[in-house]
Amino acid sequence: MTVSWRGALAQIGRYTFVSVVLGFFALPLLWLATAPFDRTPTITTSLPEFTLDNFRALLDNPYAVRSLWNSIVLAGGTAALVVTFAALAAYALSRVRIPGRDALLYGLLLLSSIVTGTATMVPLFELAFRLNLIDSQLGVILILSGGLLPAAIFILKDFMDSTPTSYEESARVFGASPLQIVRHIVLPVVRPGLATVAVWAVAGVWGNFLVPFLLLRSPDKAPAAVIMYTLYTEGGQANLALLSTFSLLYSLPVVLLFVFVSSRYGFRFHGGIKR
Amino acid sequence: MSAITLSRLTKVYPGGVRALDALDLSIADGEFFALLGPSGCGKTTLLRTIAGLEVATGGTVEIGERDVTNLQPGVRDVAMVFQDYALFPHMTVQDNIAYPLRIKKVDRSTRQDKAAGTAAELGLSALLDRRPAQLSGGQQQRVALARAMACRPQVFLLDEPLSNLDARLRLEARTFLKRLQSELGVTCVFVTHDQAEALALADRIAVMDGGRIRQVGTPVDVFRRPANTFVAGFIGSTPMNLLDAEVTGDEVTVAGVRLAVPEAARPLVSDGDQVVYGVRPEYLDLHAEAVGGALVGQVVVVENLGSSSLVSLDLPGSDSSAGASCQVVVPEGREPSLGATGWVLPREGRSLLYRDGELLGTSQPAPVAGVPG
Repeated sequence: MTVSWRGALAQIGRYTFVSVVLGFFALPLLWLATAPFDRTPTITTSLPEFTLDNFRALLDNPYAVRSLWNSIVLAGGTAALVVTFAALAAYALSRVRIPGRDALLYGLLLLSSIVTGTATMVPLFELAFRLNLIDSQLGVILILSGGLLPAAIFILKDFMDSTPTSYEESARVFGASPLQIVRHIVLPVVRPGLATVAVWAVAGVWGNFLVPFLLLRSPDKAPAAVIMYTLYTEGGQANLALLSTFSLLYSLPVVLLFVFVSSRYGFRFHGGIKR
Repeated sequence: MSAITLSRLTKVYPGGVRALDALDLSIADGEFFALLGPSGCGKTTLLRTIAGLEVATGGTVEIGERDVTNLQPGVRDVAMVFQDYALFPHMTVQDNIAYPLRIKKVDRSTRQDKAAGTAAELGLSALLDRRPAQLSGGQQQRVALARAMACRPQVFLLDEPLSNLDARLRLEARTFLKRLQSELGVTCVFVTHDQAEALALADRIAVMDGGRIRQVGTPVDVFRRPANTFVAGFIGSTPMNLLDAEVTGDEVTVAGVRLAVPEAARPLVSDGDQVVYGVRPEYLDLHAEAVGGALVGQVVVVENLGSSSLVSLDLPGSDSSAGASCQVVVPEGREPSLGATGWVLPREGRSLLYRDGELLGTSQPAPVAGVPG
């Protein structure tokens, strides 16, 4: 009897623990789903008094919608730069033997965590200032790309390394030029890797606050992550109605991107190599 | 014309590994030619140098009387089938076969028609829309062959074409490949480490070791009269018996028994020469009673090969040398019992003498025109 009592208690304990953990993570999401539609949103989750007024108010805010567009520009621009240059660098590093290649990669990877980190913000700001890149979206894109590139090269090099060279050699024997080999063979074969890196770069830029906050002066160039910080009521309190609505709109594009990429490109690999 | 001529071809890899060592070789138009050797002998490097994937350090490669030594692979008019087939995983079978035509800027409908035609020749019509991952190993190999055929090259290069197939499929593919080659009549060079495959497929074989060619000849040549002890030990499903011997007049003493010196070697040896007596297990007959001119030994192992058995005998040592062992192939039903004494009689004209590793006397038919050395 004692044994089964103990078993039952353990079972109850385990499920209670799991429920608490689940609730802890689910509540903020639930708040995000309900608060935007609530007439008087609070910090707690409750059944909403349904309204779409919050969205209307948000549209009236001069910077809100524009900031989402700015986020797309920054994220898209950075992702394009990172994917293009990381793919070229990773292909070269994977196929050409240069002395000190691995040391170079590890060194870059180590330094990259510092480059866009808080520690180097002052010299980066100084650099951007001298290059006339203050209050320029291009400046933000370049700095963010620089920070993401080493890790992107590292990830893509792994993809390139696992692609057999016989694909390329085969195409070469048929007379394909280097550019044709890259376009017809290499890019399609490593496409899942490119998609992964693109999504990862977009997500990284989308959530970055510090770099655009410091480098962009005019509010009409600021991305959503920065504008979120300005949503206060006249009294200096956080405007929960606007904040929750904006948060919902802010998180949707990234979620949609994940869904789109994983359904379109998927993370599959059709083998053409007999192992 | 698409003969291949290699002269003084040398390939040294960075780091000093000499993969090809001043190699001379002629491959005739329409010939099915095998490059055979143990791994690391340079056979794959040779194939890749002919294809243009490796740049020669020295010497020249000519294909169809055109010097292609410094040309890119794409303009050499060769097609290569890789060991792993290298079918493009993101393309269908039809797109794979049509790829060489796509590079040649053939318009889409024409090249798809041609690809479908080539696929039909190889029995692949039902698989045109599949991707490589959805094919069996044998089908993948055929697609790789079809893709190579699609651009109608002067020369086919095959790297270990059968090594990725299972044993049964390999036999089927071997017959298929030989038939295909004779129908296309195209010059074809293939690399293999499997001597049985080379003997079965090739018109001529080059046996390679350490970046050099040790013998070039028809399967019959290299099987019956290996030019040196390396080839003798490498060719044949059971290696040749190589026994230390000493010449005395017209005879050689092998394991205490005096045997006749093979006819071709007779003018080349003199009394007291230390030689190696070579004879294939297939060219020995085992007798249970004493016969003249036979090696005597004790049966130690009998291995069943199906329709025949491989019998190993220990030969007694003489004063100067330790005992040797000798293998004989006996037909079914003639297996001796273990421990029995056996008399091993070499067949007339099948034994060879080697001195310093090289064959003495060449009574083989005149080499095919264009074969150097």
